[in-house]
Amino acid sequence: MKELDTIKEKYPTTRAAILPALYIAQEKFGWLSPEAIEEVSSTLNVPKALVRGVSTFYAMYKHKPMGRHLIQLCTNVSCMIFGAETLLELLKNKYGLEPGGTTEDGRFSLVIMECIGACDRAPAMLVNNDFHSNLDDNNITEILEKYK
Amino acid sequence: MERYLLRNIENANSADIEEYEKAGGYQSLKKALSMEPKAIIEEVKKSGLRGRGGAGFPTGMKWTFASADPKFPKYLICNADEGEPGTFKDRPILEKNPHLLIEGMIISAHALQARYGYIYLRGEYPQAREILENAIKQAYEKGYLGDNVLGSDTGFHLSVHQGAGAYICGEETALIESLEGKRGQPRIKPPFPVNVGVFSMPTVVNNVETLSNIPYIIEIGAEAYSKIGSPDCPGPKLYSVSGHVEKPGVYELPMGTTLREIIYTHAGGIKGGKNLKAVIPGGISTPVLPADKIDCPMDFVSMPKHGSMLGSGAVIVFDETTCLVKVCWRAMKFFEHESCGKCTPCREGTGWMRSVLERIENGQGKDGDIDLLLDIAGNIAGKTFCPLGDGAAVVTMNFIKHFRNEFEEHITNKGCIQGTKTA
Repeated sequence: MKELDTIKEKYPTTRAAILPALYIAQEKFGWLSPEAIEEVSSTLNVPKALVRGVSTFYAMYKHKPMGRHLIQLCTNVSCMIFGAETLLELLKNKYGLEPGGTTEDGRFSLVIMECIGACDRAPAMLVNNDFHSNLDDNNITEILEKYK
Repeated sequence: MERYLLRNIENANSADIEEYEKAGGYQSLKKALSMEPKAIIEEVKKSGLRGRGGAGFPTGMKWTFASADPKFPKYLICNADEGEPGTFKDRPILEKNPHLLIEGMIISAHALQARYGYIYLRGEYPQAREILENAIKQAYEKGYLGDNVLGSDTGFHLSVHQGAGAYICGEETALIESLEGKRGQPRIKPPFPVNVGVFSMPTVVNNVETLSNIPYIIEIGAEAYSKIGSPDCPGPKLYSVSGHVEKPGVYELPMGTTLREIIYTHAGGIKGGKNLKAVIPGGISTPVLPADKIDCPMDFVSMPKHGSMLGSGAVIVFDETTCLVKVCWRAMKFFEHESCGKCTPCREGTGWMRSVLERIENGQGKDGDIDLLLDIAGNIAGKTFCPLGDGAAVVTMNFIKHFRNEFEEHITNKGCIQGTKTA
């Protein structure tokens, strides 16, 4: 985790680098496995229990292995009234995906989001770091087909 | 009105520093560097600018407190953790006009004599992170950031700190905890962040839109600025409009534009010519208003007199076909998910209200459930560290206040007559 050296310089305490370090570890290990937590802990010289305690507070840190592509679908009010729930049904029927779950082939994981700031283009989702909006039953499958 | 915050955003390269300079960018900074820090604070005070994050606290006053504290270094934090459902107003600044924010932060840092700054950006905006980091790099290259801003004695270092999906970190003390590498749980106040903030130093936390107003105040002067919009809380305001309207989007309008004008003139009215049923005017934590209560000026001072709050200016519009019990349930699911767990009334009460709302929506509501909801809400309001619990309580109380019939019908008819259920 060499990139951490430049990140640590941005803060007066090492502890402040925990959040960025967790992102880097998650990217490297795919999820915050015990090894990932260990690496953050030893690199920053911060107790493991503390690293784990911080990591479990935040929804975007993953504590189990994820599929190759992470679907983060918003179902909050503005997305809900434009049919986000029917998209959930579709994901369940077509891919066997439940919120919090991963497809058997390890292709997709699904996480429900609490507003991703795309309410004017509802319903919306992030797939990995890509935004997709104005979703409906047809275009969501077209979009997802691009993620193999 | 001429747009300032969203000026130039149609230009595909608006986030580039050269384009920003061409449109007059960084001129206010040059002017500000020739001013005494205290004079800038006075100017911001005189402008009447109020914080755009939701609380509407006078910015100049916050700055005065931090400036008066003798401890150094001081910190300036931009709150870009825009997480209030329905809110997407800061996004166009972050993604299309990042240099406006950066210029605003450098001027503010000069005024506060703050040497270090962070933009606490929500994890859900990965594109904005890339754009901001690139913009910061450009600003360093041009000498706007660094040990000597444009060769002056003022030094300012700025970086992006990415959050990781916690609504509560939009609350400033939780944000500070998170920036320090901790769980994002709010601190008890006092001490206030202006005295004991991040890394125990005097800290000013301002919203993206607030900081983006600073160059404008310097450019046109406090007096001219104070004449825009509502006299008690002037300036341009970004309203994000979503839900059942023809033209959802972010609108920059004078503070105090009425809710009716926002919905019908700017956002094109109700989608498909249907009738309006209800509006959440300032993000999900603000009290819902029925269709006949929308002739209210959308500003911090007027909205409480009209039974709601300006909040973040996030207008969510519901047409006549919307089941509001379901909307209330979904809002409560959000509060339950985002409660940080520190205060018992909020941690237990949000989940309890969600489960009662769920059974009402799904046809298993019992007599007395409405009073039970009001009882729980009453036991959360005012009994928590931070406003998240108050938000949850006020949402429930106001949906019931204005639409009690709809809740009663759900209980009597054993479900929603429109056939909706919770997911």
